[in-house]
Amino acid sequence: MESEQRKFNFPDVIRTPSRFRHTLGKYRIVINKSCNNCGLCVKLCPYGVYTKGVKRPRVVCEHLCTGLSCSKNSYYCVAKCPERAISLTINPSFEILGDKRWTADLLASTWHMAETGEAPYQDLNYKTGDSNGGFDKIRFVFPKKGTTRGSHKDSDIRQKDVTVADEEISTEIELNRSGDTRPKITIPVPFYLGGMSFGSVSIITMLSRVRAAVAMGTFCCTGEGGYPDELTEYDDHIITQVATGLFGVREETIKRVRIVEFKYAQGAKPGLGGHLLGDKVTPRVAHMREAVEGSALFSPFPFHSVYSVEDHKKHVDWIKQTNPNALVSVKVSTPTDVDMVTVGSYYAGAHIVQLDGSYGGTGAAPDIAKKNIAMPIEYALPKVHKFLIAEGIRDRITIIASGGIRTAYDMAKAIAMGADGVCLGTADLVALECIRCHHCESGRGCARGIATTDDELTGLMELEWGTQRIVNMYTAWRLQLIDILKRLGIKSVKELVGRFDVIAHLDYIKAGEIEGELD
Amino acid sequence: MPPKYNIHTSPSPNRFKTITRSGVIAWEEGCLKCARCVKKDCVYKVYENRNLDARQMLDTLDSECQDCFRCVQNCPNRLIQKGLNPAYKALGDHYWTPEIISNLWFQAETGRIPVSGGGYGGPFSGPGFDAMWTDMSEIVRPTRDGIHGREYISTNVDLGRKLMFLEFGTDGSIISDVPPVIEIPIPVIFNLLPWSPPNEKINLSLIECAQSLGTFATIRQSDLKPMLERFLQHIILHIDERLENLKPEFLKKLRIIEIPDNTDIIAIIDRIKAYNPHLIVIIRMPLNSIAYKRVTELTEQGAEIIHLCANEYGLEDSRKPLFIKEMMKTIHLHLVEKGLRDLVTLVASGGIAMAEHMAKLIICGADALAIDIPLLIAMECRVCRRCKEGIACPVEIDSVDPAWGAARIGNLMAGWHNQLLEIMGAMGMREVTRLRGEMGRAMFFEELEREIFADMGKRG
Repeated sequence: MESEQRKFNFPDVIRTPSRFRHTLGKYRIVINKSCNNCGLCVKLCPYGVYTKGVKRPRVVCEHLCTGLSCSKNSYYCVAKCPERAISLTINPSFEILGDKRWTADLLASTWHMAETGEAPYQDLNYKTGDSNGGFDKIRFVFPKKGTTRGSHKDSDIRQKDVTVADEEISTEIELNRSGDTRPKITIPVPFYLGGMSFGSVSIITMLSRVRAAVAMGTFCCTGEGGYPDELTEYDDHIITQVATGLFGVREETIKRVRIVEFKYAQGAKPGLGGHLLGDKVTPRVAHMREAVEGSALFSPFPFHSVYSVEDHKKHVDWIKQTNPNALVSVKVSTPTDVDMVTVGSYYAGAHIVQLDGSYGGTGAAPDIAKKNIAMPIEYALPKVHKFLIAEGIRDRITIIASGGIRTAYDMAKAIAMGADGVCLGTADLVALECIRCHHCESGRGCARGIATTDDELTGLMELEWGTQRIVNMYTAWRLQLIDILKRLGIKSVKELVGRFDVIAHLDYIKAGEIEGELD
Repeated sequence: MPPKYNIHTSPSPNRFKTITRSGVIAWEEGCLKCARCVKKDCVYKVYENRNLDARQMLDTLDSECQDCFRCVQNCPNRLIQKGLNPAYKALGDHYWTPEIISNLWFQAETGRIPVSGGGYGGPFSGPGFDAMWTDMSEIVRPTRDGIHGREYISTNVDLGRKLMFLEFGTDGSIISDVPPVIEIPIPVIFNLLPWSPPNEKINLSLIECAQSLGTFATIRQSDLKPMLERFLQHIILHIDERLENLKPEFLKKLRIIEIPDNTDIIAIIDRIKAYNPHLIVIIRMPLNSIAYKRVTELTEQGAEIIHLCANEYGLEDSRKPLFIKEMMKTIHLHLVEKGLRDLVTLVASGGIAMAEHMAKLIICGADALAIDIPLLIAMECRVCRRCKEGIACPVEIDSVDPAWGAARIGNLMAGWHNQLLEIMGAMGMREVTRLRGEMGRAMFFEELEREIFADMGKRG
C-alpha cells in the first residue's frame, strides 16, 4: 500500500490570492503625503507588500507584511523610508474578526494557506485558537532536538533526529478495516470533506470542495440535499448522505458511489434535524429535494425507523443490499453513551463511524444547541477509542473525528486522541474566504457568496479559484502533518492513532513529568 | 394529556436604538470618487437604508451591518474600517455579558430563539453553567420532536407540597390530608427584582405577563398598590412588612405568598393555614453552606416550597462562594438521601441569565426557577445598575407601557420555553419533572477533564 501512496501525485500549489481587492491582515500600513515616491519601500520589501504607484507606492498586500517584528530586519521599510512617510499599526478591523474558536489569527492563517499553500510566516498563531480548552489547551510533546544526541543509550531519540525525507512519511489511511469482502479504500491523506448540502451552500462551493477532494485523492460528502448532476463525473470521490429527512435520496445515487453515509445526528445540533430556511429554498433546491419553493425545510429527528441497534442494522443492511460494493459510514453525535453507540454501529455492520463533536459547523442551528448539547469531540474520542480497545474491535473499524477541527494541529491531535482520520467542513469555507459572520442562514444567505443559493451572490466565486484555494490549504496541512510526524519520529500517520503519550493537556502538566518541547 | 402549551408572541420593537457589537467607520480623505462606490454594493443596504450620501464620511453603529467586510476589503484606498463599539463592550459586567444581554434583547424583540449559521464560536467551557453539557439521544434511545410540533413535551411543574402516598378509606375515598398544589405551565416564576427604577409600571408589566403565561410574579407587600389588587391570583406576595398589615381578604384571595425564613416560620405558616388552608407558602432563604441542613429541617417540618436565593452572579452567601448549580446538587442529593426529596418543591434563583441555565439548574435538582434580571433586560435594561444609585434609567424602564413590557417579557419566555423544548427533545425527555435531578443525563466539565486529560503525556 505504501508504494501505492508514493505513486499518488499530490496537486501543485498555484498561488491564489483573495477574490476581494484587499486581503484582511493583522497590520495596517499607510503611506502619508510626505512620500516622495522614491520607490525604496517597493524595492526593500521581500514580501511584496507594495507596488509602484503614480503619486506614491500602493499598499497592495498588507496581509503579507510581518508587522512590527520586521523592525529587526535591514529591510524594515518604516525605518528606512527617507521621508518617514510609512506608518505601521495593528489593523483595527482585525479586532472584530473571528471568535474564540476561530480567532482572527486562525482565519488569517487559513487564508494565507489557501493563497500560498504554506503555513504563514507572519506573526500569526496557526495552531490553536482562544477557546481556552480542548485542542486549544492540548500540546504535542516533541522530543527535544539535540539534547541527547551523542550521549548515552538513547538510540531511539537519536533516531528521531535523523532527517527523513517527506516522501518517506505516509499520511494515508484505510477506510475499510472490517475484514469483509467489500473493497478496501485507501485515501492518501487522513481526512475527507464533510457533508454540506446543495441549498446550504452554493453549487460553486459544493463543486470546489468535491474537486479539491478529487485532487487530494480523498472524498467529499454531499450532505442531505440531493446529488446535483454536476457531481456525476466525480462519483468515485463522493460520499452520499442518507439523513433523517431523506431529501434527495435515490436508489441510483446510492448505487453509484463508493461510500454511503447515514447521518443520525449532527454535532452542531444534536437531537435536531437539518434546517434550511425558506429563503434558501430556490426553485432548483426545491426540485432537488422534492419540496416546495420558498418553504423552510426541517428534517425530522431522529430516524423514526431507528430506535435500537437492531433497527440500525436494518438500515445498514438496506444500503448494503442496494449497493453491494459500498462502504457504510455512520455519522453520530456525542451523547454520554457515545461509546455504546459506536460499538452498536460496529456490530450493525458499519465500516466507518464518524463522531461529530458539539462544536462543529452548520448552516443554521439554534445557538442553545450548538453551545450546550452533547460533548466536545476532545472528550468523545478518547472515550470511544479506549472502549473499542477494551471490546477488542478497535482495529476493525475506522473512526473519523469531526466537529471543531480547524487546523492541521487539531487534526493531528484528534488522531493522537484516538481517531483514524478527520472530517472537515468549516476550514474549507474559511479557505473560500468565509469570515465567520454566522449569517449563513438569513435572507439571501452568505454575503460572501459561499453559503448561498442566490444567483448574484453565487457569482462572486469562480470554480477554479475555489478548488485551488482548498487544495492549497490542505497541501499546507499535509506538510504540517508530515512535520509533526517527523518530529515525533513516526513514519506513518496510522502509528499516531491513540498516542496519548505524545500529547499533554496544559492544565495537567506537572513539572518534571514532561520531557520535551511543547508545541 | 393537557393541550399543547404555546406562548403567544408578537414582535415588539425596541424603544431605543440597540447597542450593537461593531460599527463601520469610513473616511473621506483619500476618496477616489470611484464611478461605483463599494458602499453601493452592500448586500444589507446598510448605507442606503440610512439615506446617507455614500461619499460622506460616516461613523455608523448600525444594527444592519452584518460584518461581511466586503466594503472593508473592496474599497480601493482602504478607507472603510470596522470597529468595536465601546458602548457594547461596556454593557453589563463579567457575568451579565454583552453577548447575553443582546441575545435576550433579540428574543424579547422577536419572540424567536437565536439561530445562526457556522459552529459555536465561544469558549470551550467556562465557570458556572458553562461547565456542563446536556445529553442527547441517538440510535439506542429515541428523541422527541417538541419544537416542530409532532410530539408532546410537557413543561408543567407543580408548586406545593406533595404526598409520598395517599391513604384511602374503606369506601375508597381519600382520607389523606392533601395539601394544595398549583400547576404552572413553565418551570418559571418571576422573582423580586434585585434593583430597578421606580417600579409601578414594571410590576404591572410583570404581572400582566405572568397572568398571560399562567405563572406568577413576586411582588413586595410594600409595593402592593391598589391598581395591582385585581391580579392577586397571579401574584406571589412577598411579605416584607408585618403580616398583620395585610388586609385579611387578600389572604383569602392570594394563592401563594412568600415569607423570608425565620425561627418562627413554621408557626407563622400554621397560623396562615388556619385562616386559609389553600394558600401556599414559599419560604425564602439565602443559599449558603448550611442551606442543605435548613432545607432538610424545614422539609421535615412540613415546608411546601423553599426558595433558595443565590446572588446576581449565581453565588452563595459565603467567603469562598460556590456556584448555584453545585449548591443545588448538594441540597437535592441530601434530600434524596434522607428520602424527603419529593415532598417539597425547590425553587432556585440567582444568576439565571439564559434558557440553558433553566434546564441545567433543573438537572442539578431545582423544580422551578425564579428569574429576575432577564425580565428587566427584556424591557431593554442595559444592566448598568444606575438605578441602584438613584440615577435615572437610560432606557426609561420606569415609564414603560405595561402592555409593551408584558409583550416583551412574553416574547422572551416564548424563546426560553422553546429552547427548553430543544434541550429536552434532544434528550428524549417528555416531561420537565423528569428532568429534575437527572444528573446522569448531563456531562460535567470537571469530571470529564480529569477522566480524559489527566493521564495524557505520560510515557510508557
